[in-house]
Amino acid sequence: MAGSGTAHLRDDPNVILRVTDMVVEFPVGRGQVVHAVSEVSFDLAEGETLGIVGESGCGKSTTARAVIQLPKPKSGEVLFRGADLAKLNSSEMRRVRPELQMIFQDPISSLNPRRTVREIISEGLRVWGGGSEDKGSWSESRITEIMEAVGIDPRFGERKPHQFSGGQCQRISVARALVLDPKVIICDEPVSALDVSVQAQLLNLLEDMKERYGLTLMFISHDLSVVKNISDRVMVMYMGKVCEVGGSDELFAAPAHPYTRALLAAIPGIEGAVGAEEIDGDMPSAITPPTGCRFKTRCPYADSACDVEPEVQEVRAGQFVACHHPVLDSPAEASEISVDVGDGVADKMAPEVSAAPVVDSVDSSAFEALQ
Amino acid sequence: MAVLEVHDLSVTFTTPAGPLTAVNGVSFELEAGEAMGVVGESGSGKSVLSRSIMNILAGNGSRDGTVIIDGKNIDELSRRERKHFFGVKVAMVFQDPMTSLNPVKRIGAQITEGMTQHLGISKREARSRALDLMRQVRIPSPEERLQQYPHELSGGMRQRVVIAMALACEPQVLIADEPTTALDVTVQKTILDLLEELRRERNMALILITHDLGVARGRTDKIAVMYGGQMMEFAGAEDLFSTMGHPYTEALLDSIPDVMNPSHTRLTPIPGRPPDLLDPPDGCLFAPRCKYAQDKCTVEAPPLTPEWSDHMFRCFYPVGTPDGLEARRVNEGRGVTATGLSLDAEAVVS
Repeated sequence: MAGSGTAHLRDDPNVILRVTDMVVEFPVGRGQVVHAVSEVSFDLAEGETLGIVGESGCGKSTTARAVIQLPKPKSGEVLFRGADLAKLNSSEMRRVRPELQMIFQDPISSLNPRRTVREIISEGLRVWGGGSEDKGSWSESRITEIMEAVGIDPRFGERKPHQFSGGQCQRISVARALVLDPKVIICDEPVSALDVSVQAQLLNLLEDMKERYGLTLMFISHDLSVVKNISDRVMVMYMGKVCEVGGSDELFAAPAHPYTRALLAAIPGIEGAVGAEEIDGDMPSAITPPTGCRFKTRCPYADSACDVEPEVQEVRAGQFVACHHPVLDSPAEASEISVDVGDGVADKMAPEVSAAPVVDSVDSSAFEALQ
Repeated sequence: MAVLEVHDLSVTFTTPAGPLTAVNGVSFELEAGEAMGVVGESGSGKSVLSRSIMNILAGNGSRDGTVIIDGKNIDELSRRERKHFFGVKVAMVFQDPMTSLNPVKRIGAQITEGMTQHLGISKREARSRALDLMRQVRIPSPEERLQQYPHELSGGMRQRVVIAMALACEPQVLIADEPTTALDVTVQKTILDLLEELRRERNMALILITHDLGVARGRTDKIAVMYGGQMMEFAGAEDLFSTMGHPYTEALLDSIPDVMNPSHTRLTPIPGRPPDLLDPPDGCLFAPRCKYAQDKCTVEAPPLTPEWSDHMFRCFYPVGTPDGLEARRVNEGRGVTATGLSLDAEAVVS
């Protein structure tokens, strides 16, 4: 796994953000670098939610931040509505920023404790005005409207963040992101610090806001159930590389990358349902990542082929995997945990993969019966 | 025989804003080798419960009720007994493995410290036992690891060290407070597998505190659902999920996204927010957020019934009973509950 390539990029006029071969590295002294993100490519169609999952240290947050050029990627292209963000100078980038907003993990520390809620939400407007010509003027009614939309009583506008609960603070963060009428909102673990009952409130809110304001979301989380719930497409990352990209339902129903399968198999409560092999051990150092496939040190299928880095390839309609040994199970097994897999998926399985696919032979009778 | 008995345990903190009852009348028993899950949201009192059993409450907290561990009431220990009791008979694993390890001491010194202090064995013997423990918690190349400092280990390895430390004096009760919350899912699974194996090997009682119902479900024999410091429901693990009695348990389960559901399935949040324990509502603590709430729930606090049975809950209108169905029907008929909560699904009060 953990390969590069751009086969999964779509040639679709609705694509609003396209990232190609993005590389982010952090120097750690003595000429060494942490390879945080290595040749990652993905795209985002307008109105779509892309979920990014992976273990801590896999580069999912860095990927998101590098999209808004914080930090600037070392190389690669970030095309947002046709403009390469990496090539913009700082004043041009400033003008793009309102369109790309971000919501952070910690609801308390991401809000200025000395400002009132109204000041926090209006700050973007104070800088930008209602439109770019009219800097510094905005209407109080806009703030009130946004506060109502996210479920914060506008009468509480003069309160400060510490007077609100974590869930409410996260609503304020959503309001702050929405006020400039962004195209894309990057949500970096927005519900990880919240209790489950409040988490559900915020996930519903994000879905509502997406519909109401026509947003496109990038949603980063380590919680697979949350990602599945909110995403249209899911990208699985490992050590700064893409493992698998696909439609949310399809990818969870029939994960093909050994790493994706291991991740799903580890979800508490459904252990065993995926029927996947466990992985053990820790992630290797990101300073000296393994050559070839970066997952080979923990992968149950690894062999000499894995010394060559796999390219992303389509294994089923809309499902892309960077692996020499993708697991293409019989649909019978997959359907146990699946929902609507969509038609035609079963027909497209297996044969078109170049490297020898690992097909589970245990359930072959059920497989034939299904065909 | 039960190795841990907790009777009517309450914990009250004195705060500038008044007394705060964080744990309120909790009772349970735990047999050797048995695993109990304690689930609940933040502020439900699950961590305070475990800390009060370990006798490590903050200075402004006071405990009421009795805790009996291995036949000994922890309030009646002599000074001498007390010194070799906590950390020996009962041990605890905390959430964050980094803050529960001393950053400037080698791993080996930290694991052996408890053994030389409490068991009165030589350093050499403690060291060989430490090596054994490291192997038991599946730490590769244990000899080298003993010489290392906590920062040289990954999060999962650190949590294994913390577990090894907790096991060093062979406790009869192990309390694990969110042992995997700071870890990735793949590591979480191996740590939970490890705890389960060790529990079986040593016939040790385990209290697993978690906010994740999925974790509690697969890994414990019985589960206590906490809310506002009270045990709302207490049942066998499978029983709880198949025939839950309390509306809070039902609401909690409904609010969790299920990985089996198709994406964009609308979630059912619990409206409102947890009770303010400085000024708790009259009657049932969950009534202001409950879809079943009737007038009775706002004046009278439901007891935990039936007492000391296998499946207890605190509710006058339990889920799935004729009373409960009738309460839901009445509330749906008028559109609001007795506490004024609107049943319109989209009207979620923040």
